[in-house]
Amino acid sequence: MASPVPTQGNLNIRDLSKKFGDFLAVDKVNLKIEKGEFLTLLGPSGSGKTTLLMMIAGFLDITAGDIDLNGASIANIPAEKRNFGMVFQGYALFPHMTVRENIGYALSVRKRPASEIKARVDEMLDLVQLQDFTDRKPGQLSGGQQQRVALARALSFAPPVLLLDEPLGALDKKLRVEVQDQLKDIHDRIGTTFIYVTHDQEEALSMSDRIVIMRDGRTEQVGTPLELYEKPESRFVASFLGKSNFLEQPDGLYALRPEKIDICAAGTGAGPARLTGTVRSITYFGSMLRVMVDIAGGTEVEVDVDSWRINTPLSKGQKVDLTWSDAASVKLARG
Amino acid sequence: MKTLGRYISPGWFLVAPFLLLVAAFYLGPILNILWLSFTDPVPGVGNYRELYESDALVRIIWTTVRVCIVTTVFSVLLGYVIAYAMVHAHENKRNLMLGFVLVSFWISILVRTFSWLMLLGRNGLVNNAFETIGIISEPIAFMRNELGVLIGMVHYMVPYAVLPLLVNMQTLDMRVMNASRNLGASGTQTFWRIYLPLTTPGLVASTLLVFILSLGFYVTPAVLGGGKVLMVAEYIYVQLLVTLQWGTAAMLAALMLFGVLGLLYVMSRFMKLSTVFGGTAS
Repeated sequence: MASPVPTQGNLNIRDLSKKFGDFLAVDKVNLKIEKGEFLTLLGPSGSGKTTLLMMIAGFLDITAGDIDLNGASIANIPAEKRNFGMVFQGYALFPHMTVRENIGYALSVRKRPASEIKARVDEMLDLVQLQDFTDRKPGQLSGGQQQRVALARALSFAPPVLLLDEPLGALDKKLRVEVQDQLKDIHDRIGTTFIYVTHDQEEALSMSDRIVIMRDGRTEQVGTPLELYEKPESRFVASFLGKSNFLEQPDGLYALRPEKIDICAAGTGAGPARLTGTVRSITYFGSMLRVMVDIAGGTEVEVDVDSWRINTPLSKGQKVDLTWSDAASVKLARG
Repeated sequence: MKTLGRYISPGWFLVAPFLLLVAAFYLGPILNILWLSFTDPVPGVGNYRELYESDALVRIIWTTVRVCIVTTVFSVLLGYVIAYAMVHAHENKRNLMLGFVLVSFWISILVRTFSWLMLLGRNGLVNNAFETIGIISEPIAFMRNELGVLIGMVHYMVPYAVLPLLVNMQTLDMRVMNASRNLGASGTQTFWRIYLPLTTPGLVASTLLVFILSLGFYVTPAVLGGGKVLMVAEYIYVQLLVTLQWGTAAMLAALMLFGVLGLLYVMSRFMKLSTVFGGTAS
């Protein structure tokens, strides 16, 4: 489809802030989003991720700072002129319209000819595999189908950027994993820039090219999933993305992932133990065991072991040695 | 009791007193009116034949329908604007506005009607003020005509128009309007294509409510119309208490009752009435 707007956009967010009264919801955020990137804004509720997304979409005024799309500021362009696709939390489908009318709405308000609208809607229906549901109303669709209608509607006018506000929040766990794959697949096929808001770290890790961890309105750390998981800069990042033990060393605080620790009965290890302790509890998760170990001196260390690697069963109260490689622990730049 | 309970759900015994009450004091009188309309003064359809034969009667019914339609249109339009303003106002202001709407419910219709006379009568506040300033030389005839009746009736009906619309608008998900804007629709497009269709159940409910209530209006037309705007309710009153033609009065009452029922039936063909009266649209 011939489109007046580029189908890929890069965004440059500069010193962006949002104040609600005295409350600083977004605090001087700087972020460059590349063309075709899948970027996730990840953070607990109240971290400012949705506020940031709403400012990008144009639903909230900017208190300070600027947003550039492909080099030109869009701060003063109203939401309806920004041409950004958006999948809303709860989908916000038009309940009185059929699936076809919902998906065709954006082109219809742009007064495109009926033949073009029909062709484009058919294309979108193929993309999200909803060809059999064109005449249903949203109320007659399942949650997963509604989610796909919302996605097709948001992509119908070939936006340069697609914003997704917790689009999988309303789906059950099993469906969510399925839809994650579909979303990623669609992103790979159409190449539009995706900005994805979630508080679910697994979603963020499995889908994103880069993740922005947000905390109290600020960007805590930005990086690929691998970078963030393997090299967290702060205690917050290490504990928000996955689980982590924290060890106080003379030269600073170290993060240590539970699955990177080897555990064995006291004195049976190959090398010297880094820590020794007593098993406090063992929880069985099928593929792995979670062992909580009390270390002399009051700290507690969590160890995740693959079940198949345990050759001598551990028991509660047993003395154990803990070892790990030097590369396993990461020194945190910030507390 | 036990054998009876096998055939009739025990719940019916609990509601039986109320059913009897309704039958005795509501259904009974209605049937009596129907009966009267066919039997008084002589048995037959003579009362109904008057509808064809009496120009006065046709004029009264036409006046009533016309006044009710105009009242409904203005009340619902005003009600829509007020409800919209309330839904989108800040919470404190919304409660204040709701307070004003409800207060006007509690003021007697007589008081409200006579205060319009004081304001807009020949020697009322408005005419006096205008004459003193010199804008007009003759008082404007606001009262004792159809305009006066309309002003009074619209004033009385606006709260009734507001409430069903308010309930409807409050249940709307505003993210849907945001979605429309995000998809490139202007405010006007969003209103016509999304907001208005989604508030249709409220519009229908408030239109029906106002129209049906207007049909039976008595005090306002009688006082503000000054005898010149004769509507059905006032005519029934005259037939009952002045000319004592109970048959004609009963016929008109029956006509209004079945007119309203017919209206509801027609509406039910177009939409589920349960969605209009408090149910949720699907």
